[in-house]
Amino acid sequence: MQENDHILRVQDLKTDFKVGRRTVHAVNGVTFDVRRGKTLCIVGESGCGKSVTAHSIMQLLPPNGTIAGGTISYYTRDGACEILSNYKRSGPRMRAIRGKEISMIFQDPMSTLNPVYTVGSQIMEMLKKHEKVSKAEGKARIIRLLGELGIPNPEIRYDQYPHEFSGGMKQRIMIAIAMICNPTLLIADEPTTALDVTIQAQILDLIRKMQESYGTSVILITHNMGIVVEIADDVAVMYMGRIVEFGSVQQIFSHPVHPYTRALMRSVPVLGMNKDQELAVIEGTTPDASTVFTGCEFAERCECARPECFHRFPKDTEIEAGHRVRCLLYEEGGEENG
Amino acid sequence: MAEQREKLLSIRHLTMEYQPNRRLFEAKKPSVKAVSDVSLDIYAGETFGVVGESGCGKTTLGKCIVRLLKPTAGELFFNDGGEMKDLLRLDKKTSFALRQKIQIVFQDPYASLNPVHTIQEAFDEPMRVHGIGGGSREKRTEIIANALTRVNLQPDYMYRYPHEFSGGQRQRICVAKALVMEPRLIICDEPVSALDVSIQAQLLNLMRKLQRETGVTFFFIAHDLSVVQYMSDRIAVMYLGHVVELADAGDLYARPLHPYTQALLSAVPVPVLQAKKERIVLKGDVPSPMDPPTGCPFHPRCANCMEKCKTEKPELHEVEAGHFVACHLYQQHT
Repeated sequence: MQENDHILRVQDLKTDFKVGRRTVHAVNGVTFDVRRGKTLCIVGESGCGKSVTAHSIMQLLPPNGTIAGGTISYYTRDGACEILSNYKRSGPRMRAIRGKEISMIFQDPMSTLNPVYTVGSQIMEMLKKHEKVSKAEGKARIIRLLGELGIPNPEIRYDQYPHEFSGGMKQRIMIAIAMICNPTLLIADEPTTALDVTIQAQILDLIRKMQESYGTSVILITHNMGIVVEIADDVAVMYMGRIVEFGSVQQIFSHPVHPYTRALMRSVPVLGMNKDQELAVIEGTTPDASTVFTGCEFAERCECARPECFHRFPKDTEIEAGHRVRCLLYEEGGEENG
Repeated sequence: MAEQREKLLSIRHLTMEYQPNRRLFEAKKPSVKAVSDVSLDIYAGETFGVVGESGCGKTTLGKCIVRLLKPTAGELFFNDGGEMKDLLRLDKKTSFALRQKIQIVFQDPYASLNPVHTIQEAFDEPMRVHGIGGGSREKRTEIIANALTRVNLQPDYMYRYPHEFSGGQRQRICVAKALVMEPRLIICDEPVSALDVSIQAQLLNLMRKLQRETGVTFFFIAHDLSVVQYMSDRIAVMYLGHVVELADAGDLYARPLHPYTQALLSAVPVPVLQAKKERIVLKGDVPSPMDPPTGCPFHPRCANCMEKCKTEKPELHEVEAGHFVACHLYQQHT
């Protein structure tokens, strides 16, 4: 059953970075599932480990980064289970999966395309790597996809270089590279952060359309709560390398429980909000990633912190089916209000 | 109501053209009009917001006001003690004196503080030059300490170097640095776009507090509509160097008139459940300012485009009190 419901299951993932002599735990025990055909949004501020989580799944970590623990299991279309965390990062299995089964869109389309190759050949490279297709057949397929992605004159655009495209168009090319092999899981790492709002709306629509027509599951990483509401089915809120709250969009937005999630939501100005209202502020700054904690990571900035928060690690507590929170206030015995 | 208030800055027909670099023997390239024929009035004590997508000329406009750029044409009248003086046609002495009255806070807090100067040194130089604190070093140090306290930093931070601060702290330092000059107008060029949301809220609240305390006027440039709407009293929407709509913040949000403003507002994702609304998704990209469309700059992407829009450029005119729009759709009603 599980194999059919879930496409990706990440259990207790730990990713470490070696910086000089120190070890930084960028991701510190992250557990989540991605449901088949659904969208999971990972939200958090910079440095919370959301991108590292994505890169760990793809095994695209830089040389000083290692997966230090946990398992990443991927369930293929025919229900077979592949433990990605056991594969070598550039081994044949990982290379076969990367791009074919799981593919990724990066934040900055300006720097992820190679400026000296035509966009057509860059999409073709991906296709040729994973599928046996003739040149003509491949080209036809790419042009069809470019058209689907709303690129005008795909036949002409196929032979053009990245500098001839605008930011939004480049991001479409990135989506084309990611989608050409029809992956089952698409990881989008802040796909619209570098783009303007009207272009952002186009790209989000496109990702949703692609997901509908190909049944792709999506992990979308963002820091924008607005995007989360628009596109997510499930939401994971991350802080300092841990998921502090996980649940469906309805659960997270109608009944956010973790003090960090609540503060995050109240700290952004919303269109049409009452202007006399002060924005909620999360005091202090995000601690340095190498800080060693003895208790809850958020305690020193938390408005509901109690003395025990500083020397006891909170456990994941399920307060409702599918709604997990990592906060001492909600552990058994803790009161439900905060 | 705004009409009775004191005008602080009057921008009249401001145009800024960039001349692209020309190589030897290369034919003269057409210039790029980053800001074309913009006229705005900014009143003392208000927060005036400017929104638009990248390349719409909002930063260029800000830089022209601080005179980091010399506009190609137009006038900039600044209220100096009741007298409107054209900033672009001033003698050296007044021009120098008025520079103190207009300060700017830049987008990138990492690039706008000199890394080899302590905070005190960075603050001290412009103050010394403009004679703030009566030429006494002790007095200036006291003013700096005060300014840092006002932006919720400790006074002894002035002996530190910029690299010792986080992005949010640096941006607060930049705000303090603008404040010590006792300006009447602060241009804020995307002050929060480089910051995380929790830090962004700290800075926005702080800026509102400072405005209440000092009565300084903000010219707030940003691409994030929710932030601009929250901060501003009045908002100008810019597209390809033109102001397409100008209205009170509440009015602009409740009744956007220009098709571009409508699309822009509908494109902003709102973090509230059940807020999923009909979105106007614009087709295509912003045209290149090197080769701007004829007529209305927005017509190639506009859903309500008429024949007239392709040839005739609409002028900004008042549709109702305080609500200006540059669109042919509203022309016949007046």
